Amino acid sequence: MLGAYLPILLLVIVAVLFGLVSIVLSSLIGQKKPSPVKLAPYESGCTPVGTARERFSIKFYLIAMLFILFDIEAVFLYPWAILYKKLGVFGLVEMGTFIVILFVGYIYVWKKGALEWE
Amino acid sequence: MFDNVWLIPLFPFIGFLINGLLGKKIKNETVIGGIGALAVLCSFLVSCKTILALLSLPGEERVANVKVFTWITSGSFNADIAFLIDPLSCVMIMIVTGVGFLIHVYSIGYMHGEEGFYRFFSYLNLFMFSMLLLVLGNNLLLMFVGWEGVGLCSYLLIGYYFHKKSAGDAGKKAFVMNRVGDFGFLLGTFTLYWYMGQAHNVWTIKFTDLAANSHLLPTGGIVTAITLCFFLGATGKSAQIPLYTWLPDAMEGPTPVSALIHAATMVTAGVYMIGRMNYLFIRSPETLMVVAVVGGCTALFAATIGTAQNDIKRVLAYSTVSQLGYMFLAMGTGAFAAGIFHLMTHAFFKACLFLGSGAVIHSMHHALHHVHSHDDAQDMRNMGGLRSKMPLTFLTFLLATIAIAGIPGFSGFFSKDEILWQAFSNPHHGDLNYLLWGMGALAAGLTAFYMFRLVFMTFFGECRITPKAKDHLHESPMVIVIPLIVLAALSVVGGYIGLPKVIGELFGGIPNYFEHYLEPVFKYSEEYMAQHAAHAAEHSATLEWGLMGLSVLVALVGITIAFTMYVKNTELPKRFVATFPALHRAVYNKWYIDELYDYLFVNPCKALGRFLWKGFDVVVVDGVVNGVANVVMAFSGVFRYMQSGYIYNYAWSMAFGVVVILGYYVFK
Amino acid sequence: MDMITIPAVNMTPILPEIFLSVLAMALLLINVFIPSGQKSYLGYISFVGVVAAGVLVGAGWGAPVESFSGSVVQDNFATFFKIIFLLSAGLAILISDQYMEREGCNHGELYPLILFTVVGMMLMAAGTDLMTIFLGLEVMSVALYVLAGFNRANLKSNEAGLKYFLLGSFSTGFLLYGMALTYGATGTTRIAKIAAIVGQMTVPSANIMLVAGMLLMLTGFAFKVAAAPFHMWTPDVYEGAPTPMTAFMSAGPKAAGFAALLRIFLVALPTLQVEWSQLLWVLAVLTMTVGNITALRQDNIKRMLAYSSIAHAGYALVGFAAGNGTGAAGILFYMLSYTFMNIGAFAVIILIGKKGEANGTVMDFAGLGFKQPALAVAMSVFLFSLAGIPPTAGFIGKFYLFSSAVQKGYIWLAVIGVLNSAASVYYYLRVMVYMYMKEPTEDFEWTRITPPIALSLLISVAGTLIPGIVPSVILQFAEQAVKLI
Repeated sequence: MLGAYLPILLLVIVAVLFGLVSIVLSSLIGQKKPSPVKLAPYESGCTPVGTARERFSIKFYLIAMLFILFDIEAVFLYPWAILYKKLGVFGLVEMGTFIVILFVGYIYVWKKGALEWE
Repeated sequence: MFDNVWLIPLFPFIGFLINGLLGKKIKNETVIGGIGALAVLCSFLVSCKTILALLSLPGEERVANVKVFTWITSGSFNADIAFLIDPLSCVMIMIVTGVGFLIHVYSIGYMHGEEGFYRFFSYLNLFMFSMLLLVLGNNLLLMFVGWEGVGLCSYLLIGYYFHKKSAGDAGKKAFVMNRVGDFGFLLGTFTLYWYMGQAHNVWTIKFTDLAANSHLLPTGGIVTAITLCFFLGATGKSAQIPLYTWLPDAMEGPTPVSALIHAATMVTAGVYMIGRMNYLFIRSPETLMVVAVVGGCTALFAATIGTAQNDIKRVLAYSTVSQLGYMFLAMGTGAFAAGIFHLMTHAFFKACLFLGSGAVIHSMHHALHHVHSHDDAQDMRNMGGLRSKMPLTFLTFLLATIAIAGIPGFSGFFSKDEILWQAFSNPHHGDLNYLLWGMGALAAGLTAFYMFRLVFMTFFGECRITPKAKDHLHESPMVIVIPLIVLAALSVVGGYIGLPKVIGELFGGIPNYFEHYLEPVFKYSEEYMAQHAAHAAEHSATLEWGLMGLSVLVALVGITIAFTMYVKNTELPKRFVATFPALHRAVYNKWYIDELYDYLFVNPCKALGRFLWKGFDVVVVDGVVNGVANVVMAFSGVFRYMQSGYIYNYAWSMAFGVVVILGYYVFK
Repeated sequence: MDMITIPAVNMTPILPEIFLSVLAMALLLINVFIPSGQKSYLGYISFVGVVAAGVLVGAGWGAPVESFSGSVVQDNFATFFKIIFLLSAGLAILISDQYMEREGCNHGELYPLILFTVVGMMLMAAGTDLMTIFLGLEVMSVALYVLAGFNRANLKSNEAGLKYFLLGSFSTGFLLYGMALTYGATGTTRIAKIAAIVGQMTVPSANIMLVAGMLLMLTGFAFKVAAAPFHMWTPDVYEGAPTPMTAFMSAGPKAAGFAALLRIFLVALPTLQVEWSQLLWVLAVLTMTVGNITALRQDNIKRMLAYSSIAHAGYALVGFAAGNGTGAAGILFYMLSYTFMNIGAFAVIILIGKKGEANGTVMDFAGLGFKQPALAVAMSVFLFSLAGIPPTAGFIGKFYLFSSAVQKGYIWLAVIGVLNSAASVYYYLRVMVYMYMKEPTEDFEWTRITPPIALSLLISVAGTLIPGIVPSVILQFAEQAVKLI
């Protein structure tokens, strides 16, 4: 019975090994010529301005949370779309209810001003 | 034929509702007091009708269950709002409503002009309701409701003068001590219910059913456990050793309350309860012995304390504790009828004494108030010579005192002597009987002493307050005096319905009516005794006469000593105190029992609470958990950012609980 | 193309839940469209909604109706509990308005959240599948976390919300793991099927996975009902949460926890009764004792009632440990009475309190008996009931619970219970002593009693006294409710 989990185990081992091996190898055979610019944290090619340990505005979190929430909606829409014909009217009604509930949330968030940056 | 019995508790309840809800608006004292007294009078009249109806039945049919409605049913468990009418409950309702009515009338005069007059009467009516429920209820649960109800009213009425800290404290003390007793009561109920159900499939808490099935009960064993639990309940409510200390403190309440609740009715509930379940108690020789010994000790112990108190109400309070001890002595010797008989006569004379002392205090208070003196109106050292100022009060008080002292011809003599004789001759306790009799007789002597000491200090000799105040002393109004006269008359003649056998035979075979009347209630015990116990040794009438004479002699000696010490040679008490300072201090301070209890129970309880809060929560839990958490933190600094402070304590305790529970079940 | 067969779905069993959810969402929308001064209307609407839901629930009394292929049921057991939840929600709504206005909270979202909580609790009581029960529990809990931290301006409230959330999630983990293990051991999450499968096992108690699952589920619910040693969150959360929400939390969710516990343990795992009875015996003793002893020395009244609520959970556990019909009916009765007496007591606390949760100690009750006699009488009724003194519902409830233990032969459990309730009199009575036997502080302005709070007090007093005087009326329903499980 446990045999069914073997591929997963193999995958885990391979993933861990790959990560370890590349880090170890690169540190072993890679050349090291450090300079201040090289040692600075990588920020998409821009020159770093100040420390990264800054407090973010709460608005970022708000947006992030809302994004996840509505993203999940999309996640649920996919399987439904695939089985759309098989589920028929029942699926339509269920999904409609689901979307209406989220829509209520959307209006609430909107009117509360959570989507406004300023 | 007893269809309207439910009216008996209902009237006081209506009175309570009217005065409690509308009393503040009515304002008129006559109306409020009238409603209160009228409600009780109506109950009294219905009670009279009930007892007459009962007497018209032949002896064996004198028991009836009057169901009003189904209260709780659940599977095997059933409790109705139902009343039990039998000779015992009829005696009780007659005492409660009769004496209660007189005290209500008295209160109209006594409480005149007090703040919260309506509050007083509504509480008093609520008390009557609860008390009647207690004595009439036909199951343990309904009795318990009344039991708690009277405790509550007692608490409210002791704390009636709530602006005095001592009154509030006394109320609390009474309530908490009573709860200790209640615990015993509930426990007894549970065990009895469980045992009868488990062992005999009789799931009931109904008195009539329990009595009818009493033959199923074994002797001793579980019955001892059950009866001891019930007896614990009785010691709380009826102020017996070890739970008696609340009663003297309860004197903080108004005097009518002391008379009604703390002398005539509520405190006798424990005696009534034992009488009600006599068939249980008779089956446990051990419990009977405990009851008898506790009763005898309380009778003697409280009497000694009574000899050294100076507060007139406190003397009476200790006297009440002592007399209740007598009743328990009777119950413990299987002389249930004698105990109930003493309960009745005691209700008469002690109510009379309390009300008389109330009249004295009232008068003293007025007199002292007039001259702006701050002397204590209840301290007997301030009294004296009141005989001429309050002749009627004096006369009634004296009659009641003679009754309690056990002088032949008065009610107290008959009931007390019956108890002493039973203590001596009962078949239960063997040689212990002599000790029980000795304690009772000695207590009788002390009773005579301290009661006459009280009379002499209060009514005889020179008046010890300022002459100016003396002129303001006066007899009380009729509304106060009339109840005194009625109660005094009852104290004198109340004993003749229960003449001891030897005396009855002397007067041409007059039977002991009271004992005969109660026979149906105690028939199950009688049957048990006929089957099981060894028969009492035959004692000659001469011995009974002799013991009777001895106890009278002891009482007379007590009176004589009191007379010598407090009338003839008033220097004697001081010399006595000077000679035995330690003894006097110990007696005066009530043998330091309150201090002992504080030391033994109150302080440790408080300390335990403090420990669990401060010690356990803060030191142990936090300490252990912090320690563990510190170890964890050393491993992972990252954790620090996420932890808010204390939540991990809680989380750890939860995890700990889970591990312990799982570990136990997995590895057991 | 073959269609997926959709099982027949009967919506009637969850009609009240649907109704309340729709109402809650509607209120959320209304909330954002009305000015901040008029949020009280939302309270009125939600109260009416709760009453209407009560009618819908009440109509379901009678024969059980299953739906969603047996994962939800409408039976008398669920109905009884749903009524308790609705009562607690209704009373909480009534006492919220005045408090929230005083504390200056924007309380528009409060009412939808309460309604969502109720929906979650209803699903817990009606669920006959571990998954349904878990979903109900989560809906309830998430809304509760927010309610506990609702007063954003108050640091203590924030702390309460966060603590409740973190510890709640922690306990949920145990619960879910327990459900997973149970599923692992039996292969189903449907309660009736679990019962059948466990019933066929020769020695179910030897199945470690099943026993562990059972214990972990018990742990999870023990947290929700605040049973020791999973009670540590209670005092902090109850003290910090807005008072009306404390009242609500201590009544509704506690009852919901017991509803789920009773259903899972009495229906699915009766064959393991020896095991869980044993454990519950210990938990009951621990819970009663810790709650009562610690309450003895509390001056803050909310904290005191928090410990008292732990103790009351312990009393209910006594009936659960007995695990018989009387015990189960006793829990139902007790939860109903506790809702009335506890919310009533909290209503009085709200009236005594001042802005910023000031005046929250026992001492602040000084002289209430003279200044506000009616209020003091009401408080006395609640305290007497909490202490278990007749003729109140609390007494009958306790009597019932303890006698169930006695019937089962757990004499010592009943003894410890009675001892505990004797000890508890001390701290309840202390409040009364302050009310009736102490002088009121001079500079005290008494809060005006608004009609909603007066109504809630009236309902609570009636609900405390009537079952105490004529308990058979309620007990009859409670007994019918537990007959089915």
